[in-house]
Amino acid sequence: MKNHVLRPLWVIAGMIALVLVVRYFYVPKDFGIHERGYMYGWHREGNIGDWKKVSVKYLGSEYCKDCHPDKYESIMTTPHAIIQCENCHGPATGHPTDPPKLVIDKSRGLCLRCHALLPYPTSGRANIRGFADPESHNPGLECVSCHNPHKPSLEGLK
Amino acid sequence: MKKAQMISRRDLLKNTVKGIAGLALPLAAFEIINPRSLFADKDDKSKVRWVFLVDTYKCVGCGLCVKACKIENETPYDANVTRTWVERYVITKDGKFHADSPKGARDGFTSSKIDLGMGKTEDIRKEDIEKAFFVPKLCNQCENPPCVQVCPVGATYQAPDGVVLVDRTWCIGCGYCIMGCPYGVRFFHPKYHTAEKCNFCYHRITKGLKTACVQACPFGARQIGNIKDPADPVTKIIMTERVGILKEEYGTKPQVFYIGLDKEVR
Amino acid sequence: MVHGEIWTVKELFVYPNEYIYWSVQIVMYPFMTGLVAGAFVLSSLYHVFGIKELKEMARFALVFSFALLFAAPMPIVLHLQHPFRGINVFMTPHFTSAIAAFGIVFSTYGAIVASELWFLYRKHFVEMSEPLKKKQDKSLFEWIQFFIFCSLTLGVYDISEEALKKDEKAIKILAGLGIPVACFLHGYAGFIFGSVKANALWMTPLMPVIFIMSAIVSGIALCILTYIVTMEIRRFLSARKAAGTAGRMVEELKGAEINVIRMTARYLLFFLIFAITLELLDLIFRGYTAVKSWDVIRSVIYGKDFIDIFVLQYGVGNLLPFILFLLPGLTIRRAVLGVLLVLFGVFMMRWNVVIGGQAFSLSFAGYMHYHMPIIPHDWETFKEGLFGALGIFIMPFILFWFISKIFPVFNLKESH
Repeated sequence: MKNHVLRPLWVIAGMIALVLVVRYFYVPKDFGIHERGYMYGWHREGNIGDWKKVSVKYLGSEYCKDCHPDKYESIMTTPHAIIQCENCHGPATGHPTDPPKLVIDKSRGLCLRCHALLPYPTSGRANIRGFADPESHNPGLECVSCHNPHKPSLEGLK
Repeated sequence: MKKAQMISRRDLLKNTVKGIAGLALPLAAFEIINPRSLFADKDDKSKVRWVFLVDTYKCVGCGLCVKACKIENETPYDANVTRTWVERYVITKDGKFHADSPKGARDGFTSSKIDLGMGKTEDIRKEDIEKAFFVPKLCNQCENPPCVQVCPVGATYQAPDGVVLVDRTWCIGCGYCIMGCPYGVRFFHPKYHTAEKCNFCYHRITKGLKTACVQACPFGARQIGNIKDPADPVTKIIMTERVGILKEEYGTKPQVFYIGLDKEVR
Repeated sequence: MVHGEIWTVKELFVYPNEYIYWSVQIVMYPFMTGLVAGAFVLSSLYHVFGIKELKEMARFALVFSFALLFAAPMPIVLHLQHPFRGINVFMTPHFTSAIAAFGIVFSTYGAIVASELWFLYRKHFVEMSEPLKKKQDKSLFEWIQFFIFCSLTLGVYDISEEALKKDEKAIKILAGLGIPVACFLHGYAGFIFGSVKANALWMTPLMPVIFIMSAIVSGIALCILTYIVTMEIRRFLSARKAAGTAGRMVEELKGAEINVIRMTARYLLFFLIFAITLELLDLIFRGYTAVKSWDVIRSVIYGKDFIDIFVLQYGVGNLLPFILFLLPGLTIRRAVLGVLLVLFGVFMMRWNVVIGGQAFSLSFAGYMHYHMPIIPHDWETFKEGLFGALGIFIMPFILFWFISKIFPVFNLKESH
């Protein structure tokens, strides 16, 4: 007489087998323990390739130099040389194919990022010329109406 | 009666052995008892280990890094989450501590008013300031990442070059990794609803480019390098000059190094 | 809006990406698994230690524990940002994470409870299916009944004395085996919090133990409550039936038995004392050692959350029921009030751990206020709000009603 006590155990074994079958089809084949071991390296290897495929948006000022040498040269002699073209002109992405023209950020807020004076000792911010109270200086007007970012010295005022 | 009991006991033993052998099968399926892969070395044949260097003297709080990061990594611009951010610290002469990071410094710091949350601000007069500075923050790509340790499904992991990545197709959105990070760099992506964080612009650095924030920073406050390359200027600074790390008491071994890290930095 | 943004209000210096990500559903989850573990331990007290007065309670507790088991994973399912990927925990478990233990522990516990129920009700299944097997023309309802009970016998029709004795032994082994598994089921939930070094309030080795103790307290309290309610309803219904059929001899039901309740309440008190001791120990240690996080945690515990912790949890949820149960001459009414307060106290403990742990920023220089969504205006504010939590709480009672049709809790002629 077979022991009926073990009957539930067989049901459980069946369920485990089912889970393993589902697992075989569900889990990607490249999922496993990779270089960093089980604690830090348990993953689907293909994901690394997924992240490498993300498109690059910002190409850097050196990319702009070839087609826009005048703009590039003009800003290079000023303190604004340290600012990337794309910081104000937006990411190049596929320019000139797509987008054919870049949208320039002409807002006051962009200039105030550096030129709102914050007199913080030990921070480089204290050394940047700016307004302690920006709203007292032509409120509502775009800075670029009078100041040329490519020739920011006060002698270059329009 | 007794004979029947003896047979059933033998049956029991036989079935127990069968049961244990049967259990070993699923365990093996999980690759848990494979010693070679379990104790796989972190002996690293990888020639690259990315590290980051932040100079808090140079940072002016312009926030151009945050803006560039959001656009480069397609984090929804108006969402109140960001892969990197800049914090402002102002210590006043009465010893009081003030700190904020409005929108993660996406729009920079354009006012001397400290954001206190709940719609309140506090204006600090110039003459009251003892010291004040900016601290950029991003994922530390820790050597012992606690976020990876607590992921229940293996959706987040560390690549051989040290960068910690998240598999958007596998993450179940439990949030354990977000709770596990002592630095608060993780969040739920508003569109994909999976865990998200700075990954050192992995798509750029693996192509020989700099990260978006390093490129965007006009003042050179951010730099990225390879600690395994002795000729790398970043490596030279980390090895020879005095640098600090954040929250080292947690044992995470963060790989973002700070020049000018003050005791007040949280 | 970002997940968590709608119910989080930040104050002072909080990191930009910090929100209250683990909200009321994460409070419900340990609360529900605690009820599961507690109910099971209560049933095991009879089967393993042979405490005869708990016999009626034992069967009841086991079936209720099974109903709770299906309701317990629901808070997680509602909380996950990708609920359908929840099976990934079973497919590629990362065992360095406490949450990955969920798959194994839940399945093991489910297997033990289901097996124990099978042994307990096997005779009932056979007795229900045999007459149905013989019946020639069955109605649809009877076909369904036949199918259910026949498959539940698992093909075993032997209900001789010898077989039933084997069943009893199996039940005893399973109940004994199940106690550590039930402890593990809830202990791992405590480990989920206790092992997070990033959270200054959660990180303590005491967390798993505190969770287990308060889980047992809540399980016992729930069983006392449901026992009283069910027995009183049955008595009311049978009394009404007796009045309607005047002259016929109907057995009068006695309703909830005060001796059973008093016995069970004693165990409740024991575990309650243990739970409170551990929590106070944790608090004292924190204050004494005063590590880096103590300043902000103190301001949360003694300031912002003072009412939630000391008035609601310790006062109303622990001290008050303690007094109620200790006063001599425990009545059913007082017992009901006591267990309701205990359940409230256990819920507040989970609330104070989960929400309290997110009440302060990782910067230790700011706070986050949790405003639980009450009136939902979309799916997220429903599932992570008051109505989602209430739905989860009601679910086991509804499930219990259905399950007791297959595993009847009362009027069973024999009992193991």
